[in-house]
Amino acid sequence: MTDTQYDRAPGDASALPDVEQGTSSGVLVYTIGLALAVVLTAMSFWVANTSLLWTGGVSLGLTVLAIAQMGIHLVFFLHVTTGPDNTNNVMALAFGVLIVVLVVVGSLLIMADLNDNMMPGAELMNLHMQH
Amino acid sequence: MNVAVAVGENEVRYEARSGASEAGPAAKRIVVGYGFWVFLLSDIVMFAAIFAAYAVLAHATAGGPSGMQLFSQASVAIETGCLLASSYTCGLMALAIGSRRYVATYLAALITFVLGVCFLALEVREFAGMIAVGAGPQRSAFLSAFFTLVGCHGLHVTAGLIWLAVMMAQVAVKGFRATVERRLLCFSLFWHALDIVWVWLFTVVYLMGVLS
Repeated sequence: MTDTQYDRAPGDASALPDVEQGTSSGVLVYTIGLALAVVLTAMSFWVANTSLLWTGGVSLGLTVLAIAQMGIHLVFFLHVTTGPDNTNNVMALAFGVLIVVLVVVGSLLIMADLNDNMMPGAELMNLHMQH
Repeated sequence: MNVAVAVGENEVRYEARSGASEAGPAAKRIVVGYGFWVFLLSDIVMFAAIFAAYAVLAHATAGGPSGMQLFSQASVAIETGCLLASSYTCGLMALAIGSRRYVATYLAALITFVLGVCFLALEVREFAGMIAVGAGPQRSAFLSAFFTLVGCHGLHVTAGLIWLAVMMAQVAVKGFRATVERRLLCFSLFWHALDIVWVWLFTVVYLMGVLS
């Protein structure tokens, strides 16, 4: 069972060689994924609302939880694996992640830098509020 | 796929286990899955651009209402639950398709569809409530970015629901033939990818938006 699962492409649960393995283990995979996703989602909502944590670290914690949940979805729902059929998908995913990080982090850095450089006085501290 | 059935089980297993280059050209469902995966990644890059725009404009409220005043966490929690549960039933549908069970497929598709509709109804109610209190997309750059980002995800969910209905009609008319199965594979990839986008959406927009 582990051998055949190893070779799956994303979402490729209905591959013919795997039919004999039955659906019980497939249900188990999805149920584990659901349970982990529910736990991570509940943690995200708790972290955002609790006063127990240092407020400066909350956004970082939420980001980490979101990355973890994305990993859970990719592995348990989209069936991204390290198998040979999956090499191309993983390479495409890595490229996609690179572009996403460049676009998001680049935009935030550039705009934060622009805001810093366009602050002439205290009354104009928040540039966005002016228009 | 029919050829693979005719070949003995051992040979199929051997083919699946050997390296990608030794196994010859990849099966069609793997090529189709890869192509759709590339489309999904391009879609996610588009979402990343909208996310970046939202993150830059998140504080540009122009004196209007901020996210802290507008967002209801209870509603977002229910929406998240709906989408997560529909992702799960979509996975169960993929399993039912794999073992050729019509009733289970229809049932899982129906639950997926109903949960998706619940999600959309909650989102439309939220949008209508915001517009009613004068917080429409034209109020501030923050709200323009908010409606673009959340609305774009909502449109994707709507498209997914239409696609699901069409696929169920195809299963009813054509049965589980190879082409229909590949389309259903693409649909489940699409639906799970939308859930990943929603994870980032509720984290960045709704949870980070209400932090003090």
